[in-house]
Amino acid sequence: MNIAITGLNNVDSPGPGVPVIRGIRESKEFTGKIIGLIYDSLEPGAYMKDVSDINYLIPYPSAGLDNLLERLKFINDKEKIDVIIPTLDSELYGFAKLSSKLEEMGIKTFLPTFDQLNFRAKDKLFDFAVKHNFKVPKNLLATSISDLYKLSDEITFPTVIKGIFYDAYIAHNFEEAVGAFHKISSKWGLPIIIQEFVKGQEYNVAALGDGNGDTVGAVAMKKLYITDKGKAWAGITINDPILIKLSDDIIKALNWKSGCELEFVKDEKSNEYYLLEINPRFPAWVYLAVAAGQNLPAALLNLAISKDQQKFTSYEIGKIFIRYSWDLITDIRKLEEITVKGELING
Amino acid sequence: MSNYKVFDNLAVSESGFLFSPSTGESFTLNPIANQILHLLKQGETINQIKEKILSEYDIDESSLEKDLDDFINQLINYKIVEEK
Repeated sequence: MNIAITGLNNVDSPGPGVPVIRGIRESKEFTGKIIGLIYDSLEPGAYMKDVSDINYLIPYPSAGLDNLLERLKFINDKEKIDVIIPTLDSELYGFAKLSSKLEEMGIKTFLPTFDQLNFRAKDKLFDFAVKHNFKVPKNLLATSISDLYKLSDEITFPTVIKGIFYDAYIAHNFEEAVGAFHKISSKWGLPIIIQEFVKGQEYNVAALGDGNGDTVGAVAMKKLYITDKGKAWAGITINDPILIKLSDDIIKALNWKSGCELEFVKDEKSNEYYLLEINPRFPAWVYLAVAAGQNLPAALLNLAISKDQQKFTSYEIGKIFIRYSWDLITDIRKLEEITVKGELING
Repeated sequence: MSNYKVFDNLAVSESGFLFSPSTGESFTLNPIANQILHLLKQGETINQIKEKILSEYDIDESSLEKDLDDFINQLINYKIVEEK
Protein backbone atom coordinates (compact mmCIF):
# COMPACT_ATOMS: atom_id res chain seq x y z
CA MET A 1 0.00 0.00 0.00
CA ASN A 2 1.29 3.47 -0.87
CA ILE A 3 0.43 6.22 1.60
CA ALA A 4 1.11 9.91 0.93
CA ILE A 5 1.43 12.13 4.00
CA THR A 6 2.00 15.87 4.46
CA GLY A 7 3.33 17.84 7.43
CA LEU A 8 6.96 16.70 7.48
CA ASN A 9 7.99 20.10 8.83
CA ASN A 10 9.48 18.66 11.99
CA VAL A 11 10.63 22.06 13.27
CA ASP A 12 10.17 23.98 16.55
CA SER A 13 6.43 24.08 15.93
CA PRO A 14 6.26 20.68 14.29
CA GLY A 15 3.73 19.32 11.83
CA PRO A 16 2.13 15.96 12.67
CA GLY A 17 3.43 14.14 9.56
CA VAL A 18 6.45 12.46 11.15
CA PRO A 19 4.60 11.01 14.18
CA VAL A 20 1.70 9.92 11.95
CA ILE A 21 4.19 8.03 9.76
CA ARG A 22 5.88 6.61 12.85
CA GLY A 23 2.54 5.23 14.04
CA ILE A 24 1.64 3.74 10.66
CA ARG A 25 5.05 2.11 10.29
CA GLU A 26 4.68 0.53 13.72
CA SER A 27 1.38 -1.07 12.80
CA LYS A 28 1.84 -4.80 12.18
CA GLU A 29 -0.72 -4.60 9.38
CA PHE A 30 1.18 -2.05 7.33
CA THR A 31 3.42 -2.99 4.47
CA GLY A 32 4.14 -0.52 1.72
CA LYS A 33 5.63 2.76 0.82
CA ILE A 34 5.38 6.15 2.54
CA ILE A 35 5.42 9.12 0.21
CA GLY A 36 6.19 12.45 1.85
CA LEU A 37 4.42 15.47 0.34
CA ILE A 38 6.40 18.55 1.28
CA TYR A 39 5.93 22.27 0.74
CA ASP A 40 9.52 23.26 1.42
CA SER A 41 12.71 21.60 0.27
CA LEU A 42 14.10 21.75 3.82
CA GLU A 43 11.28 19.97 5.66
CA PRO A 44 13.29 17.76 8.03
CA GLY A 45 11.02 14.70 7.74
CA ALA A 46 12.09 14.31 4.11
CA TYR A 47 15.69 13.77 5.25
CA MET A 48 15.07 11.75 8.40
CA LYS A 49 15.84 8.05 8.46
CA ASP A 50 12.94 5.56 8.48
CA VAL A 51 10.29 8.23 7.95
CA SER A 52 9.34 8.57 4.27
CA ASP A 53 10.63 6.41 1.41
CA ILE A 54 10.34 9.14 -1.19
CA ASN A 55 9.32 12.80 -1.09
CA TYR A 56 7.74 15.18 -3.56
CA LEU A 57 7.42 18.93 -3.44
CA ILE A 58 3.83 20.12 -3.73
CA PRO A 59 2.59 23.70 -4.23
CA TYR A 60 1.45 25.81 -1.27
CA PRO A 61 -2.34 26.11 -0.85
CA SER A 62 -2.07 29.76 -1.92
CA ALA A 63 -1.04 28.58 -5.43
CA GLY A 64 -4.59 27.27 -5.95
CA LEU A 65 -6.23 23.87 -5.97
CA ASP A 66 -5.76 23.29 -9.72
CA ASN A 67 -2.01 23.42 -9.30
CA LEU A 68 -2.16 21.06 -6.36
CA LEU A 69 -4.37 18.60 -8.27
CA GLU A 70 -2.06 18.66 -11.28
CA ARG A 71 0.91 17.91 -9.08
CA LEU A 72 -0.92 15.11 -7.29
CA LYS A 73 -1.88 13.58 -10.67
CA PHE A 74 1.78 13.61 -11.67
CA ILE A 75 2.85 11.98 -8.38
CA ASN A 76 0.02 9.45 -8.58
CA ASP A 77 1.06 8.39 -12.09
CA LYS A 78 4.47 7.51 -10.72
CA GLU A 79 3.59 6.17 -7.30
CA LYS A 80 0.01 4.81 -7.50
CA ILE A 81 -1.10 6.40 -4.23
CA ASP A 82 -3.72 4.43 -2.27
CA VAL A 83 -4.38 6.93 0.54
CA ILE A 84 -3.52 10.58 1.20
CA ILE A 85 -3.38 11.78 4.81
CA PRO A 86 -3.07 15.59 4.96
CA THR A 87 -2.04 16.70 8.45
CA LEU A 88 -1.90 20.51 8.35
CA ASP A 89 -4.74 22.86 9.29
CA SER A 90 -4.24 25.24 6.39
CA GLU A 91 -4.42 22.57 3.66
CA LEU A 92 -7.46 20.65 4.92
CA TYR A 93 -10.11 22.79 3.23
CA GLY A 94 -8.33 22.27 -0.09
CA PHE A 95 -7.97 18.53 0.32
CA ALA A 96 -11.60 18.24 1.49
CA LYS A 97 -12.64 20.04 -1.70
CA LEU A 98 -10.50 17.72 -3.82
CA SER A 99 -11.55 14.48 -2.09
CA SER A 100 -14.03 13.38 -4.79
CA LYS A 101 -11.50 14.07 -7.55
CA LEU A 102 -8.88 12.13 -5.61
CA GLU A 103 -11.36 9.27 -5.20
CA GLU A 104 -11.78 9.22 -9.02
CA MET A 105 -8.01 8.87 -9.25
CA GLY A 106 -8.20 5.84 -6.93
CA ILE A 107 -6.92 7.76 -3.91
CA LYS A 108 -8.79 7.37 -0.62
CA THR A 109 -8.93 9.97 2.15
CA PHE A 110 -10.55 10.10 5.57
CA LEU A 111 -11.33 13.77 5.92
CA PRO A 112 -13.89 15.92 7.70
CA THR A 113 -16.58 17.50 5.57
CA PHE A 114 -16.52 21.18 4.71
CA ASP A 115 -19.31 21.83 7.25
CA GLN A 116 -17.47 19.98 10.00
CA LEU A 117 -14.36 22.02 9.30
CA ASN A 118 -16.39 25.21 9.45
CA PHE A 119 -18.31 24.46 12.67
CA ARG A 120 -15.07 23.97 14.63
CA ALA A 121 -13.18 26.85 13.00
CA LYS A 122 -11.64 29.21 15.54
CA ASP A 123 -14.04 32.03 14.65
CA LYS A 124 -17.11 29.73 14.92
CA LEU A 125 -16.08 27.60 17.91
CA PHE A 126 -17.83 29.80 20.45
CA ASP A 127 -21.23 29.48 18.72
CA PHE A 128 -20.78 25.74 18.29
CA ALA A 129 -19.87 25.26 21.96
CA VAL A 130 -22.72 27.42 23.25
CA LYS A 131 -25.22 25.58 21.02
CA HIS A 132 -24.15 22.22 22.45
CA ASN A 133 -23.64 23.40 26.05
CA PHE A 134 -19.89 22.96 26.17
CA LYS A 135 -18.04 25.43 28.38
CA VAL A 136 -15.99 27.80 26.25
CA PRO A 137 -14.14 31.09 26.91
CA LYS A 138 -15.94 34.18 25.63
CA ASN A 139 -14.95 35.17 22.14
CA LEU A 140 -14.83 38.41 20.15
CA LEU A 141 -13.86 38.76 16.50
CA ALA A 142 -11.96 41.62 14.88
CA THR A 143 -11.85 41.83 11.10
CA SER A 144 -9.85 45.07 11.13
CA ILE A 145 -7.73 47.09 13.52
CA SER A 146 -10.58 49.59 13.90
CA ASP A 147 -12.76 46.67 15.08
CA LEU A 148 -10.21 46.01 17.78
CA TYR A 149 -10.37 49.65 18.91
CA LYS A 150 -14.17 49.52 18.91
CA LEU A 151 -14.06 46.41 21.11
CA SER A 152 -11.61 47.94 23.61
CA ASP A 153 -14.28 48.47 26.30
CA GLU A 154 -15.44 44.87 26.07
CA ILE A 155 -12.00 43.30 26.46
CA THR A 156 -10.79 42.36 29.93
CA PHE A 157 -7.09 41.70 30.46
CA PRO A 158 -5.20 39.47 30.27
CA THR A 159 -6.78 38.25 27.06
CA VAL A 160 -5.72 35.84 24.32
CA ILE A 161 -5.22 37.15 20.77
CA LYS A 162 -5.40 34.33 18.22
CA GLY A 163 -4.97 33.85 14.49
CA ILE A 164 -7.55 32.07 12.39
CA PHE A 165 -5.18 29.14 11.68
CA TYR A 166 -2.12 29.51 13.89
CA ASP A 167 -0.49 31.62 16.57
CA ALA A 168 -1.73 33.02 19.86
CA TYR A 169 -0.44 35.62 22.27
CA ILE A 170 -1.49 36.59 25.76
CA ALA A 171 -1.98 40.37 25.91
CA HIS A 172 -1.88 42.08 29.29
CA ASN A 173 -3.06 45.47 28.08
CA PHE A 174 -4.56 47.09 25.00
CA GLU A 175 -1.17 48.09 23.54
CA GLU A 176 -0.03 44.48 23.65
CA ALA A 177 -3.30 43.43 22.04
CA VAL A 178 -2.69 45.85 19.15
CA GLY A 179 0.87 44.53 18.75
CA ALA A 180 -0.35 40.92 18.70
CA PHE A 181 -3.12 41.85 16.22
CA HIS A 182 -0.57 43.24 13.74
CA LYS A 183 1.87 40.36 14.24
CA ILE A 184 -0.76 37.67 13.63
CA SER A 185 -2.79 39.39 10.91
CA SER A 186 0.30 40.10 8.78
CA LYS A 187 1.17 36.40 8.87
CA TRP A 188 -2.15 34.56 8.92
CA GLY A 189 -4.72 37.11 7.80
CA LEU A 190 -8.08 38.05 9.31
CA PRO A 191 -10.24 37.75 11.36
CA ILE A 192 -8.39 37.85 14.65
CA ILE A 193 -9.98 36.10 17.61
CA ILE A 194 -9.97 37.78 21.02
CA GLN A 195 -10.55 35.04 23.53
CA GLU A 196 -11.23 35.36 27.25
CA PHE A 197 -8.22 34.18 29.28
CA VAL A 198 -9.11 31.28 31.55
CA LYS A 199 -6.45 30.59 34.16
CA GLY A 200 -5.60 26.96 34.73
CA GLN A 201 -3.70 23.91 33.55
CA GLU A 202 -3.87 22.93 29.89
CA TYR A 203 -5.01 19.50 28.78
CA ASN A 204 -5.22 18.14 25.24
CA VAL A 205 -6.92 15.11 23.74
CA ALA A 206 -5.83 13.33 20.57
CA ALA A 207 -8.83 11.56 19.10
CA LEU A 208 -10.26 9.87 16.03
CA GLY A 209 -13.91 10.19 15.01
CA ASP A 210 -15.53 7.68 12.66
CA GLY A 211 -17.80 10.23 10.96
CA ASN A 212 -20.94 8.67 12.42
CA GLY A 213 -20.71 10.26 15.85
CA ASP A 214 -18.52 7.63 17.49
CA THR A 215 -15.05 8.06 18.90
CA VAL A 216 -12.70 5.30 17.75
CA GLY A 217 -10.03 6.31 20.26
CA ALA A 218 -9.06 9.21 22.50
CA VAL A 219 -5.99 9.83 24.64
CA ALA A 220 -5.74 12.71 27.13
CA MET A 221 -2.46 14.46 27.85
CA LYS A 222 -1.36 17.14 30.27
CA LYS A 223 1.28 19.50 28.99
CA LEU A 224 4.31 19.30 31.26
CA TYR A 225 6.48 21.79 29.45
CA ILE A 226 5.23 24.54 27.16
CA THR A 227 7.41 26.46 24.71
CA ASP A 228 7.16 30.21 24.20
CA LYS A 229 4.97 29.39 21.18
CA GLY A 230 2.57 27.55 23.48
CA LYS A 231 3.51 24.13 22.10
CA ALA A 232 3.82 21.12 24.37
CA TRP A 233 7.47 20.08 24.55
CA ALA A 234 6.74 17.37 27.09
CA GLY A 235 3.49 15.80 28.18
CA ILE A 236 2.02 12.91 30.15
CA THR A 237 -1.01 10.71 29.55
CA ILE A 238 -3.65 11.16 32.21
CA ASN A 239 -6.80 9.38 33.26
CA ASP A 240 -9.77 11.65 33.62
CA PRO A 241 -13.05 10.02 32.58
CA ILE A 242 -14.75 13.45 32.64
CA LEU A 243 -12.35 14.75 29.99
CA ILE A 244 -12.70 11.66 27.79
CA LYS A 245 -16.51 11.79 28.07
CA LEU A 246 -16.44 15.48 27.15
CA SER A 247 -14.28 14.67 24.10
CA ASP A 248 -16.67 11.91 23.05
CA ASP A 249 -19.59 14.35 23.35
CA ILE A 250 -17.82 16.95 21.19
CA ILE A 251 -16.99 14.38 18.51
CA LYS A 252 -20.62 13.22 18.58
CA ALA A 253 -21.93 16.78 18.29
CA LEU A 254 -19.76 17.32 15.21
CA ASN A 255 -20.09 13.78 13.78
CA TRP A 256 -16.38 14.29 13.40
CA LYS A 257 -14.68 12.29 10.69
CA SER A 258 -10.87 12.07 10.89
CA GLY A 259 -8.21 12.71 13.50
CA CYS A 260 -8.39 15.75 15.74
CA GLU A 261 -6.90 17.46 18.74
CA LEU A 262 -9.17 18.94 21.37
CA GLU A 263 -7.57 21.61 23.54
CA PHE A 264 -8.90 22.42 27.01
CA VAL A 265 -8.02 24.51 30.01
CA LYS A 266 -9.18 23.41 33.46
CA ASP A 267 -10.41 26.52 35.22
CA GLU A 268 -8.50 26.94 38.48
CA LYS A 269 -11.55 28.22 40.32
CA SER A 270 -14.38 26.01 39.12
CA ASN A 271 -12.28 22.95 38.18
CA GLU A 272 -14.29 22.72 34.96
CA TYR A 273 -12.88 22.10 31.50
CA TYR A 274 -13.20 24.92 28.96
CA LEU A 275 -12.88 24.05 25.29
CA LEU A 276 -10.18 26.22 23.72
CA GLU A 277 -9.82 24.74 20.25
CA ILE A 278 -10.73 21.84 18.02
CA ASN A 279 -7.83 21.26 15.66
CA PRO A 280 -8.96 19.32 12.59
CA ARG A 281 -6.02 16.93 12.47
CA PHE A 282 -3.89 14.82 14.77
CA PRO A 283 -1.53 16.76 17.03
CA ALA A 284 2.24 16.65 16.64
CA TRP A 285 2.32 14.64 19.91
CA VAL A 286 0.08 11.88 18.49
CA TYR A 287 2.89 9.34 18.82
CA LEU A 288 2.34 9.51 22.60
CA ALA A 289 -1.12 8.03 21.94
CA VAL A 290 0.50 5.25 19.89
CA ALA A 291 3.02 4.56 22.67
CA ALA A 292 0.22 4.52 25.24
CA GLY A 293 -1.63 1.82 23.30
CA GLN A 294 -3.87 3.62 20.82
CA ASN A 295 -2.38 3.66 17.34
CA LEU A 296 -4.74 6.36 16.09
CA PRO A 297 -2.86 7.04 12.79
CA ALA A 298 -2.98 3.34 11.84
CA ALA A 299 -6.67 3.27 12.82
CA LEU A 300 -7.35 6.26 10.55
CA LEU A 301 -5.64 4.42 7.71
CA ASN A 302 -7.88 1.39 8.31
CA LEU A 303 -10.98 3.59 8.21
CA ALA A 304 -9.77 5.25 5.00
CA ILE A 305 -9.54 1.88 3.24
CA SER A 306 -12.85 0.70 4.82
CA LYS A 307 -11.13 -1.95 6.88
CA ASP A 308 -12.67 -3.04 10.19
CA GLN A 309 -11.39 -0.98 13.08
CA GLN A 310 -12.16 -1.87 16.68
CA LYS A 311 -12.72 0.97 19.15
CA PHE A 312 -9.94 1.56 21.65
CA THR A 313 -11.21 1.40 25.22
CA SER A 314 -8.15 2.16 27.34
CA TYR A 315 -4.58 3.39 27.28
CA GLU A 316 -1.57 3.45 29.54
CA ILE A 317 -1.55 6.25 32.11
CA GLY A 318 1.67 8.05 33.04
CA LYS A 319 3.39 7.68 29.63
CA ILE A 320 5.55 10.69 28.94
CA PHE A 321 6.86 12.23 25.74
CA ILE A 322 9.79 14.63 25.72
CA ARG A 323 10.49 16.31 22.40
CA TYR A 324 14.03 17.09 21.39
CA SER A 325 15.87 18.65 18.52
CA TRP A 326 18.73 17.01 16.67
CA ASP A 327 20.98 18.40 13.99
CA LEU A 328 20.64 16.09 11.01
CA ILE A 329 23.62 16.23 8.67
CA THR A 330 22.98 15.73 4.99
CA ASP A 331 24.61 16.47 1.67
CA ILE A 332 24.15 19.32 -0.80
CA ARG A 333 23.28 16.71 -3.46
CA LYS A 334 20.07 15.86 -1.58
CA LEU A 335 19.03 19.49 -1.46
CA GLU A 336 19.85 19.74 -5.15
CA GLU A 337 17.72 16.69 -5.92
CA ILE A 338 14.61 17.99 -4.18
CA THR A 339 15.07 21.58 -5.37
CA VAL A 340 15.73 20.81 -9.03
CA LYS A 341 13.68 17.65 -9.59
CA GLY A 342 11.09 18.19 -6.87
CA GLU A 343 11.69 14.60 -5.71
CA LEU A 344 13.94 13.05 -3.13
CA ILE A 345 14.47 9.36 -2.46
CA ASN A 346 15.22 8.83 1.19
CA GLY A 347 18.17 6.81 2.47
CA MET B 1 -8.64 18.97 64.21
CA SER B 2 -10.41 17.65 61.08
CA ASN B 3 -9.54 14.39 59.39
CA TYR B 4 -8.62 13.93 55.75
CA LYS B 5 -9.03 11.46 52.95
CA VAL B 6 -6.48 10.96 50.18
CA PHE B 7 -8.07 10.88 46.72
CA ASP B 8 -8.43 7.23 45.69
CA ASN B 9 -6.58 7.32 42.38
CA LEU B 10 -3.39 8.86 43.72
CA ALA B 11 -0.20 6.87 43.19
CA VAL B 12 2.57 7.30 45.78
CA SER B 13 5.81 5.38 45.42
CA GLU B 14 8.01 4.32 48.32
CA SER B 15 10.54 6.96 47.32
CA GLY B 16 7.95 9.68 47.88
CA PHE B 17 7.19 10.40 44.23
CA LEU B 18 3.54 11.23 43.95
CA PHE B 19 1.55 11.18 40.71
CA SER B 20 -2.04 12.21 40.24
CA PRO B 21 -3.32 10.23 37.21
CA SER B 22 -6.34 12.49 36.79
CA THR B 23 -4.47 15.79 36.65
CA GLY B 24 -1.06 14.60 35.45
CA GLU B 25 0.69 16.49 38.22
CA SER B 26 3.62 15.03 40.11
CA PHE B 27 5.32 15.98 43.37
CA THR B 28 8.20 14.79 45.49
CA LEU B 29 7.78 14.34 49.21
CA ASN B 30 10.49 14.33 51.83
CA PRO B 31 10.63 11.19 54.02
CA ILE B 32 8.41 12.54 56.80
CA ALA B 33 5.87 14.00 54.35
CA ASN B 34 5.88 10.64 52.58
CA GLN B 35 5.26 8.83 55.86
CA ILE B 36 2.38 11.17 56.75
CA LEU B 37 0.75 10.72 53.35
CA HIS B 38 1.03 6.93 53.60
CA LEU B 39 -0.57 7.10 57.05
CA LEU B 40 -3.39 9.27 55.65
CA LYS B 41 -3.83 6.73 52.85
CA GLN B 42 -4.17 3.99 55.44
CA GLY B 43 -7.03 5.97 56.96
CA GLU B 44 -5.27 7.16 60.13
CA THR B 45 -6.64 10.25 61.84
CA ILE B 46 -4.63 13.43 62.35
CA ASN B 47 -4.39 12.68 66.08
CA GLN B 48 -3.07 9.17 65.43
CA ILE B 49 -0.51 10.59 62.98
CA LYS B 50 0.53 13.23 65.51
CA GLU B 51 1.10 10.63 68.21
CA LYS B 52 3.15 8.46 65.86
CA ILE B 53 5.39 11.32 64.73
CA LEU B 54 5.88 12.57 68.30
CA SER B 55 6.94 9.11 69.44
CA GLU B 56 9.36 8.62 66.53
CA TYR B 57 10.96 12.05 66.15
CA ASP B 58 12.49 14.61 68.44
CA ILE B 59 9.96 17.42 67.92
CA ASP B 60 7.76 19.41 70.28
CA GLU B 61 3.99 19.22 69.91
CA SER B 62 3.34 22.84 68.93
CA SER B 63 6.00 22.82 66.18
CA LEU B 64 4.58 19.54 64.83
CA GLU B 65 1.03 20.91 64.85
CA LYS B 66 2.14 23.99 62.93
CA ASP B 67 4.11 21.97 60.33
CA LEU B 68 1.35 19.38 59.99
CA ASP B 69 -1.25 22.07 59.49
CA ASP B 70 0.92 23.72 56.86
CA PHE B 71 1.50 20.40 55.06
CA ILE B 72 -2.19 19.42 55.10
CA ASN B 73 -3.12 22.80 53.65
CA GLN B 74 -0.65 22.27 50.81
CA LEU B 75 -2.17 18.83 50.14
CA ILE B 76 -5.66 20.35 50.04
CA ASN B 77 -4.47 23.12 47.74
CA TYR B 78 -2.97 20.61 45.29
CA LYS B 79 -6.15 18.49 45.52
CA ILE B 80 -4.29 15.51 46.94
CA VAL B 81 -6.52 15.18 50.03
CA GLU B 82 -9.95 16.41 51.02
CA GLU B 83 -11.66 16.82 54.35
CA LYS B 84 -13.61 13.74 55.44
